[in-house]
Amino acid sequence: MSDASFPTAAKTPRTSLLAADPRTRKRNAAEARFRAYGLAAIAVALVMLVVLLVTIFSGGIGAFRQTYLTIPVTLDAAQLDKKGNRNPEDIKKVLTLTYGKILDKALDAAIADKGIQVAGLSDKDLSGLISKEASADLRDRVLADPGLIGQTIEARVLVNGRVDGYYKGRVSMESAARDANTSPAQLELADALKAQGMLATAWNWSFLTSPDASDQRPEAAGVGVAILGSLYMMLVVLALAVPIGVAAAIYLEEFAPRNRWTDIIEVNISNLAAVPSIVFGILGLAAFINFAGLPQSAPIVGGLVLVLMTLPRIIIPARAALKAVPPSIRDAALGVGASRMQSVFHHVLPLATPGILTGVILGMAQALGETAPLLLIGMVAFVKNFPAAPPEGLFDPASALPVQVYNWTQRADPAFVERASGAIIVLLAFLLCMNLFAIFLRRKFERRW
Amino acid sequence: MNDMRVAEARMQQQTDTKISARGVQVHYGDKHALKDVNVDILDKTVTAFIGPSGCGKSTFLRCINRMNDTIDICRVAGRIALDGEDIYDRRVDPVQLRARVGMVFQKPNPFPKSIYDNVAYGPRIHGLARNRAELDEIVEKSLRGAALWNEVKDRLNDPGTGLSGGQQQRLCIARAVATQPEVLLMDEPCSALDPIATGQIEELIDQLRTEFSLVIVTHSMQQAARVSQKTAFFHLGNLVEYGSTEDIFTNPRDPRTESYISGRIG
Amino acid sequence: MPVSWTLLIVLALAGAGYLLTRMRAVAMAGGDTRKLHSRPGHYGWNAALLTALPAILLIAVWRFVQPAAGTALISMVALALAAAGLAFALIRTSPSFRARNAVEGMVKGLLIACASIAIITTAGIVLSMLFETGQFFRQYPWTEFFFGTTWSPKFGGGSQLGMLPLLWGTLYISLIALLVAVPIGLFAAIYMSEYASMRMRGVVKPLIEVLAGIPTIVYGLFAMITVGPLLRDWFSQPLGLGASASSVMTAGLVMGVMLIPFVSSLSDDIINAVPQSLRDGALGLGSTPSETIRKVVLPAALPGIVGAVLLAASRAIGETMIVVLGAGASARMGLNPFEAMTTITVKIVSQLTGDTDFAAPETLVAFALGLTLFTVTLGLNIVALYVVRKYREQYE
Repeated sequence: MSDASFPTAAKTPRTSLLAADPRTRKRNAAEARFRAYGLAAIAVALVMLVVLLVTIFSGGIGAFRQTYLTIPVTLDAAQLDKKGNRNPEDIKKVLTLTYGKILDKALDAAIADKGIQVAGLSDKDLSGLISKEASADLRDRVLADPGLIGQTIEARVLVNGRVDGYYKGRVSMESAARDANTSPAQLELADALKAQGMLATAWNWSFLTSPDASDQRPEAAGVGVAILGSLYMMLVVLALAVPIGVAAAIYLEEFAPRNRWTDIIEVNISNLAAVPSIVFGILGLAAFINFAGLPQSAPIVGGLVLVLMTLPRIIIPARAALKAVPPSIRDAALGVGASRMQSVFHHVLPLATPGILTGVILGMAQALGETAPLLLIGMVAFVKNFPAAPPEGLFDPASALPVQVYNWTQRADPAFVERASGAIIVLLAFLLCMNLFAIFLRRKFERRW
Repeated sequence: MNDMRVAEARMQQQTDTKISARGVQVHYGDKHALKDVNVDILDKTVTAFIGPSGCGKSTFLRCINRMNDTIDICRVAGRIALDGEDIYDRRVDPVQLRARVGMVFQKPNPFPKSIYDNVAYGPRIHGLARNRAELDEIVEKSLRGAALWNEVKDRLNDPGTGLSGGQQQRLCIARAVATQPEVLLMDEPCSALDPIATGQIEELIDQLRTEFSLVIVTHSMQQAARVSQKTAFFHLGNLVEYGSTEDIFTNPRDPRTESYISGRIG
Repeated sequence: MPVSWTLLIVLALAGAGYLLTRMRAVAMAGGDTRKLHSRPGHYGWNAALLTALPAILLIAVWRFVQPAAGTALISMVALALAAAGLAFALIRTSPSFRARNAVEGMVKGLLIACASIAIITTAGIVLSMLFETGQFFRQYPWTEFFFGTTWSPKFGGGSQLGMLPLLWGTLYISLIALLVAVPIGLFAAIYMSEYASMRMRGVVKPLIEVLAGIPTIVYGLFAMITVGPLLRDWFSQPLGLGASASSVMTAGLVMGVMLIPFVSSLSDDIINAVPQSLRDGALGLGSTPSETIRKVVLPAALPGIVGAVLLAASRAIGETMIVVLGAGASARMGLNPFEAMTTITVKIVSQLTGDTDFAAPETLVAFALGLTLFTVTLGLNIVALYVVRKYREQYE
């Protein structure tokens, strides 16, 4: 080996370390560019996040404020209770149409009373100012308390979506002139009423509590049924996916022999986690609705579909949590004569619980935001009535938050876009809470062995 | 053999100082890892750093080509000069420095590329070859220099990770040599190898001495005695004693060195 | 509802069984529980499980298979089963009976059943879609479906249901999404794992992961109300490329943003799996950090990154809400990315929502589309997971 000669013959002359040679300068420039690409990539991702959140929030925050008109309404007994016996059965026979007339009259009276004059105001503009939902609300109020009949009450009623949009900057005088559903005169009337303090835009709790409303009444639409439907589905997921998922994880991690069958199950689970969600929707439609005959639009079906979807997303982190418990714990339990089952349920499982719970919450958060499979099982239908209490209510038609968003995006009136963004704010708020809880659990119980 | 080596060592002492360290302090976060190290490392000499685990010998080695820069919490103070130029000067580019101060690591770490590409990596990034023929020449010379050429010349396109442990480490040495460094740092280069491979590497180190200044960190005192002309003994972050290998092993001045040599600490 | 009542009664019986058997076991041992083979609780659990399991299983199967008919009959049978299980458990109880082994056997059986649900789900997906797809191909020639270039369903007959325009739209949108997500996600991951300080990583990483936690319907709305009109007003209309807010570009860009965290977190894992010693080796030879990454780390991580990209592609192909709201509904095979096109998933949704007639090919075609989608994504996933697993094993 003494014939070894080193490549030093070709040695380039060394320059001082203190001055970068041209090649190094070039390489350092490339280095700086590369770093800049990395920073730019991160910046793009973060800017996208900010833009996304800002547009949704600025577009949706309006849904939490609503314009109301407060006017004195005389509930004429001659119209509402012709027999005069205050019998609820008889009062029920009076339709919303009558209440609408009463409201129109009340508005007329109020305008006359305040001496408001608006040029070119048609009857249609006048009666159209008040939301079509208002008469139904008034009827409900009277039915709940028939004693109100014959009195004059202060009624706080919704105004139509265009006028509401006018105060949220969505509708302008120019756009109103081109709009069949409103007119500049109507907006001027609204301005005049506002000047009198009768019309105001206020915080809107009913967005969270009321059900969906029809195409013509965006001002009345709320996410109440959707929240309840989502809640029911989460109950189903909690009741089924969590025990089944944890049990499957325990079996696979603690008991399963290493054989072909277990391999198949494992490959299966990791693949199921990556199957497009819409495929689960097709499964739900074929298996639960067409084959098992469960009702469409029911939270139980949506819940079952989400259970199947969420299972792998619970099993995978649960297995990781179980794996993180060191074998010495199992050995210690077995060493004092516990059975394997006892060592798992008495020692390993409690120690793995925080990790499992974190996975469960994140899996449920994902399920809560899932939309596509629910569209296929009919949850996109228009649902106005609240489902009953569980368990029967699980079979009643309901909506779900993300599907409600989709539903509203398909409506013509742009006011529904605001509602959709508002519903997303609600959805994101729920997701944020769940994620924060998961982070809290991880921080609090994180353990390094 | 031994006499010859002593004579050689004397001869080497005539040569220049390649690296000189003055008042080097290293902190890892709150830990004071290296305390006031002063040492002159000679050219064309093998210098061994010995000492118990965690004594700072590897830390100091990594200071010489600024590999500690890659660790966030590491702070280095003091002055280390290569040919009289402070390598921690703000104007120094660690990339240029490392081209002149190569490093071989504890575990063989060939890139997952062909044997050829492994050796050609350094020349390529530093632009040492003007054409393919020159590159081929550098690769061949480096592999010959690392005593690996005869074993791999027919399979230069096979992956470097397919070689045996000892071959991998010689590949890594060839890779470092190909960059044409002046100093070669070796961090326990034989600790992952069997005795036969270790013997080959040690023989190689002795040959490399004719061209480079070599610094080798080792756990094995026998190895230090076999391959080095100068030895530095580190203990708890202090450079306790530095002198000719012969003196350190036969006539240590510091009681700590003596305890370590005789196996009482470490 | 009688079924829930039956369930409650069964559970009550199980509870009673637990208490009764437990007491009986203790009594048989003369109050000295050391004489029992198992702990008293095991005897109780044995009874509870024997009472509840068969009855609940029966009810569940019945509800699923024959939900309407014979509720009263099935309740009777279930209750009888529960009672029989309870009686059996009571009779078997004796100090020498190995109750713990019996209970653990049953629990293990339950665990196995739970683990098998994954298989059942897959089988369910495949079977349900195969069955309906079979129906479809009996009414519509499969060559027309797979190779037809026109998609125009007409409820009332005479539909042309060629899949190619949908496949084209799907692939085109996915391609744009990947062109956005892969460079950004990869560079973000590289920066995070190789350059960023601990503090920056601690802030930026969770923020990027927020993008992953946002439901796709939100991205869909974003595409529909923000990105679509923006592209239309600033690009496609001024350039004369189209007047539609829904377009391949809209859906592709937004889907790309959605995939960024997916690509970046997968790449991050993969880049971190490359051993530090390789980085040290390259840096020790005088590489700049970027040379280390480009010439050593990325080539070493390449198989893993390819796997990650395949997984992202499978995500993109199966994504529904963004394309439903952002891509449009017109099936066409064009090259102009500012035109509205449609995808397989969009058509599955549109054929299966609203009034559907499960005998008509216009509805059944959705199952054939679903099966195609499932097969394609499954193939991608299997390959990707295999590649990633092989890659990991290499460095373990």
